[in-house]
Amino acid sequence: MNQPPGSRFGSAVVTLPTDTQIQITRVFDAPAAIVFEAWTTPELVRRWWGSDDHPLTVCDIDLRVGGDWRYAMTMNGAELGWHGTYRAITAPHRLVSTEVFEGYPDGEAVNTLTLDEADGTTTLTVVVQHQTKENRDGHIASGMEAGMQRTLDQLDSLTADRSRS
Amino acid sequence: MLLSAYDVGMARASTTSDAFNAIAEGARRDILEALADGEVAVNDLVDRLGFTQPQVSKHLAVLRTVDLVTVRAEGRQRLYSINADTLRTLHDWIKPFERLWNDRMDRLDRVVAELTGTRRDQPGKEQP
Repeated sequence: MNQPPGSRFGSAVVTLPTDTQIQITRVFDAPAAIVFEAWTTPELVRRWWGSDDHPLTVCDIDLRVGGDWRYAMTMNGAELGWHGTYRAITAPHRLVSTEVFEGYPDGEAVNTLTLDEADGTTTLTVVVQHQTKENRDGHIASGMEAGMQRTLDQLDSLTADRSRS
Repeated sequence: MLLSAYDVGMARASTTSDAFNAIAEGARRDILEALADGEVAVNDLVDRLGFTQPQVSKHLAVLRTVDLVTVRAEGRQRLYSINADTLRTLHDWIKPFERLWNDRMDRLDRVVAELTGTRRDQPGKEQP
């Protein structure tokens, strides 16, 4: 696996602990407080949650129990949105929130972010708990759509380059 | 406990994510690795991996249920091999999701590295 520049602890690891869960793990060479800050501060979230091709157009965070969050980006002229509510906040080690992808409003998931710090490095774990296996599988398949989208975009820019030259 | 559905017998048709769950278990990945170079008989798997014969058989049954391995009889032996098509499907299924999160975490890593650098530059801040 290629190590991208700036990534000292390798890649994110995706596992499926149960039929209704997705787990994402990654280690950061920083204290938990800094990772938590980057995860919950709108100006900072804007820099990593969306891609260069699809930056966040909305990034609202009301970081308190019962407070809402909403992220959105534009893809093919349409707005894609995600939103939810913070359920439990134990800064900088744990954050529980609900998440609804607005394209599938019935599929609410509960995300649990855990930041375990040891010797100055922090292991970040996100567990996405879906209500059904179908919702969980649909969530993973949406990554495939995003991947397809990226391929199509690359193809677009390739075609555009060709037609310019 | 993972994979209880397999242990009691699958009640529904297996899907790609079932195959993904099946290889979440280390012993099953060991078996797939042992099959990487070609067909292997059950007894050879037992010798090579140091699991008991019932354990190997149970894992092979799970792997067969999700189409990750195929079996054929030769004389009195049953020879197992990897089903490359299922492995490929599995890879294609999870990979884009993993890549999306990997890219996201790489960007987060850069933000975190920058913040860490800024904090270290601030005088009067305690360093671990």
